[in-house]
Formats: sequence, C-alpha cells, structure tokens
Amino acid sequence: MFAQEFMRNALIAGSFVGLACGLVGYFVVLRAQVFAGDALSHVAFTGALAAAVIGVDIRAGLFTATILGGVLLGALGNRARADDVVIGSLFAWTLGLGVLFLSIFTTKSSAGNGTAGVRVLFGSIFGLSGTDVRVSVVLAVLASLALLTIARPLLFASLDTAVAAAQGVPVRALGLGFLALVGLVAAQASQAVGALLLLGLLAAPAGAAHRLTTNPFRGLLLSAALAVGAVWLGLTLSYVFPTLPPSSMIIASAVGIYALATAATAALPDRHAGQT
Amino acid sequence: MVEAAVFQGLSWNPVNDVQQLVSFPFMVNALEAGTIVAVMAGVTGWFMVLRRQTFAGHSLSVIAFPGAAAATLAGLPIALGYFSFCGISALALAGIAGSRRSLSAESAAIGSVQALALGLGFLFVSLYHGVLNGLDSLLFGTFLGITSGQVAVLLAVAVVTIVLVAAAGRPLFFASVDADVARASGVPVGLLGFGFLLVLGLSVAETSQITGALLVFALLVTPAATAHQLTARPAVGIALSVAIALGVTWLGLALAYFSIYPVGFFVTSLSFALYVLVRLVRVVTGRQSRNALTSEPA
Repeated sequence: MFAQEFMRNALIAGSFVGLACGLVGYFVVLRAQVFAGDALSHVAFTGALAAAVIGVDIRAGLFTATILGGVLLGALGNRARADDVVIGSLFAWTLGLGVLFLSIFTTKSSAGNGTAGVRVLFGSIFGLSGTDVRVSVVLAVLASLALLTIARPLLFASLDTAVAAAQGVPVRALGLGFLALVGLVAAQASQAVGALLLLGLLAAPAGAAHRLTTNPFRGLLLSAALAVGAVWLGLTLSYVFPTLPPSSMIIASAVGIYALATAATAALPDRHAGQT
Repeated sequence: MVEAAVFQGLSWNPVNDVQQLVSFPFMVNALEAGTIVAVMAGVTGWFMVLRRQTFAGHSLSVIAFPGAAAATLAGLPIALGYFSFCGISALALAGIAGSRRSLSAESAAIGSVQALALGLGFLFVSLYHGVLNGLDSLLFGTFLGITSGQVAVLLAVAVVTIVLVAAAGRPLFFASVDADVARASGVPVGLLGFGFLLVLGLSVAETSQITGALLVFALLVTPAATAHQLTARPAVGIALSVAIALGVTWLGLALAYFSIYPVGFFVTSLSFALYVLVRLVRVVTGRQSRNALTSEPA
C-alpha cells in the first residue's frame, strides 16, 4: 500500500488535514458553530468553481472564498457568532451562485472538464501531487499552531463569553479570528474530502471527543487523533476495496467513530449530563 | 433548448412571452410543480425559521441526495428514495433533538448525520456508473422532464403536509414561541416537535425534486426569513412567505427558460436579493428594534 506514490501523498496530506480538522472541529462543536462550518463548506464549492471559471488556480479561489466567508459570517452575527437564519440565507445564495459558475464552466470548457464540479464537491485525495501535499502540510501545521496559540483564551471565551469579556479577553476578535481559521481549514479539507463532506471531518471526531472527555485539552488531542485515525481508516478501506470512493470512506469512518463513542458513553452511567 | 425549432427567445412582449412559456407541456408541468412546491416550502419554512431549525432543515435537504442516489442504484422510482430517506432521517433528527442534550452536542450530531448522508450519496453514485449528468440534477435540480404523474404525487403530498400543518398550526405556534409555557398548559410540545420534523422531511423531499438536494434550502429558508423580517403576525407572515416563494419560483423558472443558466441560480439569487433588500430597508428606515419573534431564540 505504501509503495504507491499516490497513496503516500494521500496519507501524508490526509493526516495533516485530519489533524487541523480535529483541532479546529473541537472548538466548532464546543461553540455550537457546526452550521457555520456547513455554510463555509458551501462557500468553498462556489469559490473553487469561480476560480475555475476565471481561469485562476482553484486553490486560490478556495482559500480566498472560505477565509472571507468566515470573516463575513463572524461580522454578521452578534459577538462574532453568526445567526443561523442569516447563515442559511447567505449560503443558499452562495450555492446558487456556485451552480451558475458550474454551468458556465461546463458549457465553455471541453468535455474533459465535465467532472470539475464533482471533484470539488467530493474531493480527489488520490489525485494530489507532491506540491499539493507540501502546501497542505504547511498550511495545516500553520493552522494548528495558530489554533493552539489562541486555544486558552478561545476556550474561556467559548465557555463563558460574558465573564471572559469582563476579564479583558477580546471576545469579538477571537470569534472572528476563529471563523477565519475555520475557513482556512475548510479550504484545506475540501481538497481532501470535498466541499460537501468536510463537515463530517469537522463535526464527527470532535463530537466523539466531547462525548468521551470533559477535559478540554485532552478532548482537543483526542479529537485530532480521532480525525487522523478516521482518515487513515478511510484511505485503507478505499485502497483495499477500489470501488469505494475515499471521501465517502473517510466520512463513514469518522461517523462510525462518533456512533461508537455515543454508544459507549450511553452504556456507561451518565457522567456527561452537565457537559456544555 | 431542445425544442429549438419552436423556441423563439425573449420577445419582450409580456403576453407573448407568457404564452410561449406555457405552450410546452414540460414547462406547464414545471410551473405546476414549482407552484405546489413553493406553497408548501413557504408554509413549512415559516415554522422552521420560527423554531430556529434551519440547520436541521438543511441537513434534511442534504439527505434527499443519497435517497435519490440509492433509489437510482436500486432501480426504484426516485421519489420513493426521496421520501423514505427524508422520513427516516427526520425521525433520527427528532430522536437527537428529543434526547435533551446540549446545543453543541446536538449540532455535532446533526452535522455528522448530514456528512454521512452525503458520503453515502457519493458512494451510491460512484457504485452506479454513468450518472454524471444525473448527479448534477440530483444536487442542483432540473425543471426539464417533470411528468404529469410526478405533479400528481407532489400535489398529494403537499395537500397532506399543509393539512397537517394547518391542523396543528395553533399549538405548534404556541410551542415554538414559548415551549415552557406551552408545556405547562398541556400542549404536547415533544410530540409536536417530532411531527413537525417529519412534515419538514416530507416537504424537503418534495422540494428537492425540483430544486435539487442542495438548493431546497433556498426556498425553505429565504422567503420565510424575509417574511419574518416584515411582520410578526403569524397569518400575514405565512401568507407573505408563500407569496415570496411563489414569486421567486415563477420568475426563476421563466428566467431559466429564456436563458442558458440553471434554475437554481435564479431562484436562490432572487430570493436572496429580496431578503437583502428587506433588511436594508429596515436598517434605513431605522426600525432597528427587530420584532420579538425573530430576535428571541425559541
């Protein structure tokens, strides 16, 4: 399995994407912002196709769109937490725009590019080149470091916004910065598992970690570990059974882990009742 | 356009254009289906926004996609896939919401269900080779090729949903605005929430046949959100929400007919433009104090 270059590339890039998704996802779940993550995944789709239509690098479109999207979502809501009706209306339209770009792109380009929309929506982790891998490793490491730097104040601000603000924590700036970071990670993840499926990598491992431990730093590590584990498991499954697409398998593994964690904690006495 | 021989393009004469629009059977079917779908999406969407269940609504709409893909794979009618998957996942979401966990745990669970659904959908599509064009229309909808039979099914489901919502309308409204008081005065809040998600699942399943799984949300949430911005009165709000949904659907279908661009783009853009316009007008007229219904989390 490791002899194939595409498999090595997929494993390396996937691991780092999983790491960043797990870390960021922990806070996404803690702050109940999964819906914002969902919105960003749709923004990623439109961004990538817009770039394809203009003829610039798809990656540039992805990153610009999701980071701007994150900041915009933060700016629209109170205390940098976007209102879900606003998010909903905004991203329904973004998606409509994405469809427009898709139809422009498929009508103006040759038949060979007809799959561009599918690639963006569902990822193509086995098609990553050496450069793609290096870029995603560097970005994932940067995103993870940035998150760990702001982890303590962000945790405080997420658990008790009012007290944190009174203590002089820049709650609003943190919220905005965090959403921008979610955007960055979303752009990354959409290269690996696709714009539509990245939500699973953000939400499921983090949800499992929240069920398994209430200790935030242990939870953060666990979430990252579970996300990386899900990527490995998914890639292996997809390698062993070539008809199964890798992104579906990664998401199925992540959700499987989440279901196991839920079942395991439900079987135990309810220690997690007061968990936020 | 397939019927290039008869297709005349936009003549800028409204009477002519409308006549041309309804001269093709496929367009009549599309308009009928769009009308049914818009009425239902307007009604259920209004309650969905009121109950702040937009995330659940979006997840349900996404689940329509694997439903359709699975039905295609199994060789069953696509409508069956839509309805069964949306129904089952509405039950799952109601179970998640009913277990009274915290907000963050609930959103993680909904997100996971949604991602799994999409993953499955992609799996089904890749197992079933050669539906690449089909994939686009499953995701983004098409108004071409809606049959009269489909319109009849849509109508039946729409009547059922609207009757259900109308029957439960008053207690549902009460339970959505103030769950605690409603529970205290004997309204079955849990049961209503459960039933509403099922109805939402039905209408999503139905809407996605026209708009595609990814764009259902535009018809459900945006007209309703606009109506909530304009009025706090339930009856007026629902009527307004239906009217907006109808307007954008008709206009969207007409625009898509006369242009080469997809219907989903026009419907979403029109409804979003209206929403932004209403919000801007509200800001300009200084009525900043939003009505209590839309600003207070239920």
